[in-house]
Amino acid sequence: MTAPLLDIKELKLDVSAGRSLLPILKGVSFQIMPGEAYGLVGESGSGKSVTSLAVMGLLKRPLRVSGGEVVFKGQNLLALPKREMRRLRGNRVAMIFQEPMTALNPLSTVGRQIAEMFVLHQGKDWGEAMKLAVDALASVRVPNPDRRATNYPHQMSGGLRQRVMIAMALACNPDLLIADEPTTALDVTVQAEVLRLIKELCAARGTAVLFISHDLGVIASVCQRVGVMYAGCLVEENDTALLFSDPRHEYTRGLLGALPRLGSRSLHGRQRLVDIDSIIADRSKLTETRFIAPRRDEGGKP
Amino acid sequence: MTGSLLQVDDLHVRFPVSGGGLLGTGRRTLYAVNGISFELGKGECLSIVGESGCGKSTTALSILGLQAPTSGTIRYRGQPLTGPGAPGRMQRAKAVQMVFQDPYASLNPRQSIRASLAAPLRLHGIKSASEISDRIEAMLIDVGLKPEQASRYPHEFSGGQRQRIGIARALILEPEIVVLDEPVSALDVSIRAQIINLLLDLQEKLGLSYLMISHDLSVVEHMSDRVLVMFFGQVVEEGGWRQIFETPAHPYTRRLIGAIPDPEIAMSGQPKAKRFHDAQLPAGRGFGSDGSPAPDVFAAPTPSELVEIADSHRVRLSVAA
Repeated sequence: MTAPLLDIKELKLDVSAGRSLLPILKGVSFQIMPGEAYGLVGESGSGKSVTSLAVMGLLKRPLRVSGGEVVFKGQNLLALPKREMRRLRGNRVAMIFQEPMTALNPLSTVGRQIAEMFVLHQGKDWGEAMKLAVDALASVRVPNPDRRATNYPHQMSGGLRQRVMIAMALACNPDLLIADEPTTALDVTVQAEVLRLIKELCAARGTAVLFISHDLGVIASVCQRVGVMYAGCLVEENDTALLFSDPRHEYTRGLLGALPRLGSRSLHGRQRLVDIDSIIADRSKLTETRFIAPRRDEGGKP
Repeated sequence: MTGSLLQVDDLHVRFPVSGGGLLGTGRRTLYAVNGISFELGKGECLSIVGESGCGKSTTALSILGLQAPTSGTIRYRGQPLTGPGAPGRMQRAKAVQMVFQDPYASLNPRQSIRASLAAPLRLHGIKSASEISDRIEAMLIDVGLKPEQASRYPHEFSGGQRQRIGIARALILEPEIVVLDEPVSALDVSIRAQIINLLLDLQEKLGLSYLMISHDLSVVEHMSDRVLVMFFGQVVEEGGWRQIFETPAHPYTRRLIGAIPDPEIAMSGQPKAKRFHDAQLPAGRGFGSDGSPAPDVFAAPTPSELVEIADSHRVRLSVAA
C-alpha cells in the first residue's frame, strides 16, 4: 500500500469576527496519492481555495487553523517552522493562480522570475539559472523561449502568462502542484491548451495535482478523483467517472443538473436547468450526509 | 425573413490606434468588425460566439448606439439606427436594452433599486407616481424578486439577485430587443442555472428577442435559436443551433466546440470530433486549417464570401486560402 503524498486530516479553519469564531472548514479530510490529479469542486465560498492556502501555509489573519493536520510526505506542515515551510514552498509544493497578471512581478522579466526558482531552491548561479529558465519556458511550449524570457509579463497574452506560471511552478519538479482555477480567466481554446499542458507535464514528471475549480467539465478532463465541497465540508468524494455517472449526494446531483451540457439539447430537447435552491429546501442540512467512496485501488494512475 | 426586427448590413468598425513608436507616430487602423450582416427575428435568440477580441462586443455596442460604426447600416423595424435620420437615445432606449456581464459594476451603489428603476420611466414621460411604483412592482415580481425589496441598495443583494435587478433595469422600458453580454459568466454555477431559466421564461412570456454575446458554448447551445461564429471581425459560420452544434462546418467552429471541457465526453474517452457528422462542404474550395496563422488585426481582411451549405447554414470560405 502506497502512502498518500498529501494527507489532510480533519482540517478545521476559523475566521475570527470580533469576539465570535466562524467556522470556514468543518473537518475536511482527503488524501492525494503520488502522481494523482485530485479535483476539488464547489461554489464560491465553499472553502476549496482556503484548503489549498492551508496546504501552502499561506493563511493570513483573520483566518486560522483550529484543528487537524496537513501531512505532506510524512511531515505535518502545520507544525513546520516558517523557515522550513518556505524551503518547501515553490520547491516541493508549488502553486498556480487564477490571475497570472497579479501573480507575476510586473517589474521583472519572466526569465528572471523563473530563474529565481533555481537560484533560491537549487543554489544555482544566475547565469546557469537563466539558461534553465529558457529550457523551462520551452518545456511549456512557449514559442521562441530565449526571446520570451526577456519579456515583461505585460508583454504577454493571458495564455502565455499562464504558461509562464506553469513553467515557474514546475521548475523545481515539485511533488505536488496546486492549481487554483488556473484557466478561469482564459478563452476556451486557450483553456484547452493550458489544461492539456498541465495534464501532460504532470503525468510525464509524476507530479501530483490538487486542482481547484468550479467548472465540473474542467475537473473531469484533468482529474482522476474528485471531492465536492459545500459550506466548508467535503460532501462527496469518488473516482471521477463514478462521481459523474452516479452522483450520490443531493448537492452533487444539483450541481450536475444546473449546468447546460453540450449536446444534451440535441438529444433530449431543451430541459429546464436544475435550480439547486428549489430542489434542496434547506441548504443547511446538506452537510449532514457525506458520501466518501473508498479508493478502488491504492496509488494514482496518471 | 418574416418579422425581422433588426437588420445589420455590412457593418464595419475600425479604430485608429497609435503605432506604438516612441512618439506615437505611424497611426494604424485596427479592423475590429469587418462586414457583419445578420437579422434578428421577433422572439428569437441569436448568439454571437467567439474568443476575446473577435469583435462580438463591438458589434453589440454598435447596435446599442454606444459605438458608431465606420460603415454599414443597422435597421430597427426598417428604420435606420445609425447615420443621418437616426433616432435619438430616448427612442433607441425603448427598442434595445442591455444586460451586462458584471452585476456588481453595472448598478449604481448609491441608488436604491426603486430609484434605479424609476429613473428611466420618469425620463420617458411617466409622471404618475402610482404608475411608476406599479410598474416597478410588476417588474420585480417578473424577475423573481419581492416588491418590498425595491427600497434596498445594491450591496444588500447577492450576485444572482443583482443580475435579476440588472434584467429588471433592462426590461423596465419594455424594449423588444435585449442584448445579453455574457449574462451568466460572472455567476456561480447554481445561480447561473436560475438566471438562464429566468431569461428563457421572460423571453417566452414577453416575446423578447435576445442578442446574446458569449464564449460559453454550452450556454449558447442551451439558449439560442441561431448562432453566429465570429473570428477576427468576420462571421465564419452562421446557422441554426442544431446546424452549428451538430454539423459544424468551419474548422474554427469545430475547434471552439472541441475545446469545451465536458464531463460526459471527458469520461467516455472518445475524441470530440467523432460527434460531428460531416457537414456538406462545397467541393473544391479550401477551408482554413487549424494550423493557419492568426490573421493580423491591423491588415484589411482579404475579401472572402459566405457560402450557403444548407438551408440558412452559411460558412465562410478560407480566409487564408
